[in-house]
Amino acid sequence: MNLYEWLETILFFIVLLAMVKPFGAFMARVYQGDKTFLSPVLVPCENLLYRVCGVERDEEMDWKRYAVGLLLFNLLGGVALFSILLLQHLLPLNPQKLPAFSWHLALNTATSFMSNTNWQNYAGESTTSYFTQMFGLAVQNFLSSATGMVVAIALIRGFVRKKTSAIGNFWVDLTRSTLYILLPLSLVFAIFLVSQGVIQNFSPYKTVPLVQPVTGTTTVKEVTIPMGPVASQEAIKELGTNGGGFFNANSAHPFENPTPLTNMVEIFLILLIPGALTQTFGRMAGNPRQGWALLAVMLAILIFAMGVLYWAESAGNPLVAKLGVHGINMEGKDTRFSLAGSSLFAVATTGTSCGAVNTMHDSLTPLGGLMPLSLILLSEVIFGGVGTGLYTMLAFVVIAVFIAGLMIGRTPEFLGKKIEVREMWLSMITVLTSGILVLVFSGIAMMVPSAVASMANPGTHGLSEVLYAFASMSNNNGSAFAGLNGNTVFYNLTGALCMSIGRFAPIVASLAMAGSLAGKKYVPPSLGTLPTDKAPFALWLALVILIVGALTFFPALALGPIAEQLMMIR
Amino acid sequence: MKELKPAILLLIIFTIICGGIYPAVVSGIASVAFPNKAKGSLITDKSGKEIGSSLIGQPFSDPKYFWPRPSATTEFPYNPLASGGSNLGPTNSAYLKTVAERVKAIKDLGVSGTIPADLVQASASGLDPHISPEAAQVQIARIGKARGLAEDTVRKLVAAHTEDRQLGILGNPRVNVLALNLELDKLAQ
Repeated sequence: MNLYEWLETILFFIVLLAMVKPFGAFMARVYQGDKTFLSPVLVPCENLLYRVCGVERDEEMDWKRYAVGLLLFNLLGGVALFSILLLQHLLPLNPQKLPAFSWHLALNTATSFMSNTNWQNYAGESTTSYFTQMFGLAVQNFLSSATGMVVAIALIRGFVRKKTSAIGNFWVDLTRSTLYILLPLSLVFAIFLVSQGVIQNFSPYKTVPLVQPVTGTTTVKEVTIPMGPVASQEAIKELGTNGGGFFNANSAHPFENPTPLTNMVEIFLILLIPGALTQTFGRMAGNPRQGWALLAVMLAILIFAMGVLYWAESAGNPLVAKLGVHGINMEGKDTRFSLAGSSLFAVATTGTSCGAVNTMHDSLTPLGGLMPLSLILLSEVIFGGVGTGLYTMLAFVVIAVFIAGLMIGRTPEFLGKKIEVREMWLSMITVLTSGILVLVFSGIAMMVPSAVASMANPGTHGLSEVLYAFASMSNNNGSAFAGLNGNTVFYNLTGALCMSIGRFAPIVASLAMAGSLAGKKYVPPSLGTLPTDKAPFALWLALVILIVGALTFFPALALGPIAEQLMMIR
Repeated sequence: MKELKPAILLLIIFTIICGGIYPAVVSGIASVAFPNKAKGSLITDKSGKEIGSSLIGQPFSDPKYFWPRPSATTEFPYNPLASGGSNLGPTNSAYLKTVAERVKAIKDLGVSGTIPADLVQASASGLDPHISPEAAQVQIARIGKARGLAEDTVRKLVAAHTEDRQLGILGNPRVNVLALNLELDKLAQ
C-alpha cells in the first residue's frame, strides 16, 4: 500500500472505532426505553403509532409470541412487495413505462428484500419503477434491517434477564429501530450523499447526444441516462446492510458512489450498526469488555481478509501482465477508488450481510475472490448484518464456551447463564443452517444442465460462481460473482428457498434461545468460571469460527478458487 | 390472532413513512441545497442544451480523442441503461483474448512499452468517467499528432483536468475523459 492508502485505511478505522461506543450506547438507551436527544420529538409520534395500531407499549412477550409477530410481519411485507412487483405496470411513478416482473423473478426479489439479502436477478435501471424502488424495495430495506436488530436485542435480553419468559415487545422494538435509529441516520447521510453527486429526483430518464457516435453493427447517436430517487435508497441500503443497488452496477455506479469520500462513508455505514451492536450488547449485559472482545475478533478477521485481498489484487493478473500490461488487476474496478478503498469495501460488504459492491467480485483474482466468499461462508459474523451478525456471533460464543468447557472440565456458562443441551441445539441451527443449504443446493445445481449453462466462465471459476451464488443467498448477503445468469426458474426458486430458510431458521432458533436463557437463574461467577472477556477466549472464539468454516467448506473451496489460483500462477 | 392488527397497520404506516415521506423529504432538501447534483451533474453546452453528465463516461474510439476505460455494458460500450462489469474471470481464455486485442489496438497507434492496466481492463460500472493520469499520458502523443497540436499543449490540458486525491488522501488521482475531450473540441473551434 502506498502512503495515501495507509492513511485512508487507518483514518477509516479510527473514525469507526471512535463512533461504535457512543452509538452503541445510544442504541442501548433506545431499546431500554430511556430518554435520548430524539425523545422530545419521537416519543409523541411513537405513542400515537401504538395507539392507532393497538400496541400495548409495556406489554412484554414470550419468545413464541415475539416470533409469531415477527414472522407474520415479514410474511405480510413479502406479500406486499410481491404484489407491487407483479402490478408494477399499473402503478404510478413509472415514467419509463416498465412492465411487471415475471412471477418467479417477483418471488425471488420479494423473498430477497424481505430477508435482508437483496440478491438481484434483475438490473434496476431497466426493470424497476420509482414506485417499486421506494414503496417496495426501500420499505423492506428499513423493515428487514429492523427485524434483524430486534432479534439481536431480544437475545441480549435473554442473557441479561432472570427467571422470566418475557423477552420484549416485538412491535415496540421494531418501531424504535426504525424511528430512532434507521430513519434519522438515513436522512442525514442521504443528504450528504447528494452533496457529493448521488442523484435524487423523480424525473424521466435523460437523453443526451454522444460527442462521438458509436458506429459499427449498430449506430448510436444518443444515449439515455437513468434518473431516480437514488440517495434516499443508497443510505438505507448501506446502513441496513441490505445491499440492493438502485442500478445494476450497484455501488460501482457513479450515481450511487460518485467520489472516494462517498466510498469511505458507504463502508462506514455498512459497518456502523453491526460494530456498535457489540457495544450495545456489552452495555446491556453490564460487561463492556465482553462487547470489546467480540469486536476485536471481528476486526482481526476483517483486517486479515482485507490484507490478503489487497495483496492478491496488487500483484495483478500474471496472464495479463504477459501481454505487456502493468499495474494492479483493474478488471471490474472503477478508477476513482484506490485499491485500499475497493478492498475494504469488498470485505466489509461480505463480512456483513450487505452485498453492495463497488468492485465486480467475479473479476477478482482467485485468491482475492476467495476472501469475500470465505467471509460469507463464515456465516457472516465478521461484523455481520445488522442484528444477524450479533446473534450469530453469540451462537458461536455459546459453541465456543461449550467446547472449551468440555476441554478444560469447567461448567459451560456465559454471562452467568448455564449453557445446556437446548442452547447447543439452537446455536447449531443458527450456525449450520446456511452451510447445509450452500452445499446441498450447489450440489443440486451441478447436476442440473440448465443451471450449469448459466455459468459465464468455464471450469473452476464457473464452480466458484455457483458456490458464491448459494453462499450469498443462504447467508442473506446478496453480492454475486455476477457473471452467473441467475434469472432462470431454477435459480429464482431454489434461491428464494435458500434465502427464506437461511434467514428465518436462525431467527427462530435465536428467539427460542432468548426464551430459554431468560428463564434460567443467574449463576454468579466462581473459580470454575471461564472468563469470556479476555484475550485467550477471544482467540479461541476466532479459532472456533475459522475451524467450523474450514471443516464445512474446504473441499468446495479447493475445487473452486484455490484450484484456479494454482492454475493462474503456474 | 392478536398480532394481525399491529402487523397490518404498522406495515401500512411504515410503507408511507419509509417509502413516501422519507424519499420526498430527501428530495425536497436536495433540490434546494444541491439542485445540480440531485439532477445528475449534467453538462450543458453554450445554448443550454444538456450534452451529458460529468459522472457518466462516454465511448470514444477516434484517435483524436482520449480513450476511456473499456466498458462491458451490453449492446454498446458505455450504455447507461446497462451498467455493469464484464464479470469475466482472470483465467478465462475469452477474456485474455479481448485484453490482447485492446493492447494491440493501442500499440498499433504508436504506444510503445507497457500499457497501464486501466486502459485495457473494463471498469466495474461500465460507465467509469475517469482514467488514471498514466493512461492519459500514453495517449498524449497520439492526440497531438491527430489534431496537429503541440504535445505540450495537450499535456497542459491533461494536467488542468487531473483531479487530485479527495481531501488530499482519499482515492486515486484521475482524469475526467468526457470533460477533457470536450475541451479538446473547444480548442479546435
